[in-house]
Amino acid sequence: MVGRRLKIVHYVNQFFGGIGGEDKADLTPQMRSGAVGPGTVLQEIIKDWGDVQSTIVCGDNYFAEHMEKAAKEILDLLLPISPDIFIAGPAFNAGRYGIGCGELCKKIKERLCIAAVTGMSPEQVAVNAYKNEIFIVKTDGVARGMQEPMRKMARLALKLYNNETIGSPDEEGYIPRGIRKNILGDTYASERAIDMLLAKFQGLPFKSEIVLPRFDSVSRAEPVKDISRATITLVTTGGVVPRGNPDKLKSHVATSYGRYRIDGPDTLAHERYEANHGGYYTAYVNQNPNRMLPIDVLAEMEKDGRIGKLYPYFYTTAGTGTYPEVAEKMAREILAEIRNDGANGVIITST
Amino acid sequence: MPAVLITNLVSIATNMKVNRFISGVSIPHLLGNPSLNPDDEKKLRRDIIQKVLTLLTT
Repeated sequence: MVGRRLKIVHYVNQFFGGIGGEDKADLTPQMRSGAVGPGTVLQEIIKDWGDVQSTIVCGDNYFAEHMEKAAKEILDLLLPISPDIFIAGPAFNAGRYGIGCGELCKKIKERLCIAAVTGMSPEQVAVNAYKNEIFIVKTDGVARGMQEPMRKMARLALKLYNNETIGSPDEEGYIPRGIRKNILGDTYASERAIDMLLAKFQGLPFKSEIVLPRFDSVSRAEPVKDISRATITLVTTGGVVPRGNPDKLKSHVATSYGRYRIDGPDTLAHERYEANHGGYYTAYVNQNPNRMLPIDVLAEMEKDGRIGKLYPYFYTTAGTGTYPEVAEKMAREILAEIRNDGANGVIITST
Repeated sequence: MPAVLITNLVSIATNMKVNRFISGVSIPHLLGNPSLNPDDEKKLRRDIIQKVLTLLTT
């Protein structure tokens, strides 16, 4: 390649920097000349076109606990060097290290406008936070080998530096960023679909063009011990809201939930509530919202002592087209709140 | 925390491995039946909720 040799700065944590383990995780950012630790693998890979000019070493805890401060300190170290490319990690499955690598690549891309690439295992916690903003090369969970991740990271970084078109996640080896690109194919979708179906029937391998999300299974919680002393919370995905939808909850692709007070068995009477949901015929629930949110029955059961207590608020959202991650986030928030208030069980009404 | 889902989409609940679920009456009226008189409808609702509470304690 004609032209000057490129300046690369490499980032590693205290362990890969050879400083120490968890005991040195609060190391403040340091700069070393040349390649350190796995950086030497990187140096060998890029030797035809560049040099690892410097390595920044920082403790995982220091970075994770002082993200803004640490990022600024590292940016200050980088500015005088004027690197062409920034490579972080790879962090494999290490969460704090991943956060450090991800946050630094993001900040460096924003502030210095240079190619910044890292590598992580797809399951690790930092991936979701950064995959949409930076290129994260897909690695194994454990640090089994440096060659392959470093090769892919270096190649991708060089392409970015040269402003080349970046190919698909599979081609380039990075974690999908959730970006959909339209391309013109050689064959009709119907033909490709039939080919896939035929392959499936014959037990032959085929590759889905749409990757279906994988859902975790949730382990079964212990049952309520004594229902007559339990606090039960009502949650609905049927979209029941106060008439007029004052909090403007969405009727599909929900991004939030509402929390409304329960005032006795007649809470849902008198047309004070309606169903705001784009996925089912809501007339019957509008006539009597107890058909979706059984407050009349549960409030009576509380009076009769059948249940200990009906949690005094109900939670509501419209469950149509909801992203699983959003649903999970809502569930966790609701759970934290009701658990704090002493709830023992939940009834979720759906469509 | 134990949770019971009342849904009409039983195949989805099964597929998603929901731990505790029961089916409702129908999609537009999960816990009701407009063709019944209000008292019978409420009794129907109560019967389903009784089953839900049993599931919660199982």
